[in-house]
Amino acid sequence: MKKAAMIPGAMAVAVLMFAMTMTPTHAQREIIHEERSQYRDVVVTEFNGQRCMLFNVHRGDMNQTCMDLRDPKRLVFNYTKMSFAGLLLNPEPRRILVAGLGGGTIPMAMRDLFPEATIDVLEVDQAVMNVAEEFFGFREDDAMTAHIVDARVFIKRAGLRGEQYDYIVLDAFSGEYIPEHLLSKEFLEEVRAILTPDGVVVANTFSSSRLYDYESVTYQAVFGEFYNFKLPGSGNRLILATREGLPPPGELRSPARELYDALEPYGVNLLEYPPRLTTRPDWDTSTRILTDQYSPANLLN
Amino acid sequence: MPAASTSSQSLSVASAAPIEHTPYTRLVILCVAFLNGFAIMSIELLGGRVLAPYFGSSVHVWGSIITVFMLSLSLGYLWGGRLSLRRPGPRVYASFFVLAAVLCLPIIFLADAVMTTIFVAVEDPRYGSLLTAMLLYFLPICVMGMVSPYSVRLLVSSKEHSGGVAGMLYFVSTLGSALGTLGTSFYFVLWFDINTVMWGCVAALLLCACAVMLTCRSPAPESDAGAMAATSEVSP
Repeated sequence: MKKAAMIPGAMAVAVLMFAMTMTPTHAQREIIHEERSQYRDVVVTEFNGQRCMLFNVHRGDMNQTCMDLRDPKRLVFNYTKMSFAGLLLNPEPRRILVAGLGGGTIPMAMRDLFPEATIDVLEVDQAVMNVAEEFFGFREDDAMTAHIVDARVFIKRAGLRGEQYDYIVLDAFSGEYIPEHLLSKEFLEEVRAILTPDGVVVANTFSSSRLYDYESVTYQAVFGEFYNFKLPGSGNRLILATREGLPPPGELRSPARELYDALEPYGVNLLEYPPRLTTRPDWDTSTRILTDQYSPANLLN
Repeated sequence: MPAASTSSQSLSVASAAPIEHTPYTRLVILCVAFLNGFAIMSIELLGGRVLAPYFGSSVHVWGSIITVFMLSLSLGYLWGGRLSLRRPGPRVYASFFVLAAVLCLPIIFLADAVMTTIFVAVEDPRYGSLLTAMLLYFLPICVMGMVSPYSVRLLVSSKEHSGGVAGMLYFVSTLGSALGTLGTSFYFVLWFDINTVMWGCVAALLLCACAVMLTCRSPAPESDAGAMAATSEVSP
């Protein structure tokens, strides 16, 4: 009697276990790697011909970075493509600084486009670096170095050493927690101090929250007028700022034409960018500026 | 075991509480212990923001801050407990709060100078943040740690009640810490500058000192002799 009763029970358990392996997340995307991190675990998934890096999979976070496996050169995300709009203001960068590695797509593309340039990449999390190298083809070389360091610390030190960059990408904001010390007026002043007179800062910012207003007025306070860059159908907003004032929009068309061919393989249509750049504020200009003393970014998001 | 025997000795000699007890004084001591716990965690949370511009907000910066706070509190408990063996009274107690308030001022006025110096001298942000946290926070938090055991001594009037009194004291001061953490991280940083909140902590500590001086009185001078005897044995 007892044995007979156990068989259906065991079968039910087996069915249940089978059902658990078939939950939608597993059916949709395959997890090919999990990297333990000091901060939050980094997960690599593959789905539909794309390999992606994710943080906090359990809460269903967005992809941090993705690579098209059939065409690894082609950039997947809009904001990544948009970050190349900085080339309209400085078409030939020689010293490039990228804060935030992700899968290394931006620095790798920059390396291809400008083989002569020196590139420094800043990433706070060693685990992200490991995953970028192992799964996204990121490689350091003689002139491209990845530094495992907080961006604020590196930039402050670069300023003390008197180093300067002519192309700075700020893309260190990812995942759940916003590094508030990378949004303040003081930080942006340190960034401005390591910018060459003809250099450009490209910042990927928060576009869909109250932070939009705060970030806008803070950039305005440090850089003065800047180019606000949005594309229809994309939730991103990029800020393009310079040290010595902006070139008029009309002057952006010729670099767009010149660089179009070089950028086309990356999926970047540079020609559609110049008309989308505007200096007109579409934020509340009476918003309080973020400072080291006042930067409640995580509460404003 | 000299310390343990001494403390029981001093308890038995000065069997009465070192202050005149009224429900009012008990309430004041519990309130200042609450505010003290509140201020400790408020300052700790702000510490992360004070250090971030120089050392980042990486996990090791928080590690440095929490380490220094725990170390300061542990030694504060030890030394506060020892101080309570020698002539415990409201004056010394109030002076803890004044001293803590004064020692918080360098966090407001000298933090940038200290961090600039350390930033240049120490390459590794782990040790830079540890050293900074030590220089800025060790002394004030240590003194604030001394409040807890001293409060227990002022409240205890008999051995039988000592456990209950200590429990009540831990309860209010840790509750204060919980609310200090919550208030600072959820609201204060949204409403105020870091230094404004620091000034609030300084003001709260000074208020504690005033409240103690106004309400707590030493009773008879007879407990002095016993306390003096205890002191000579305790000093290392």
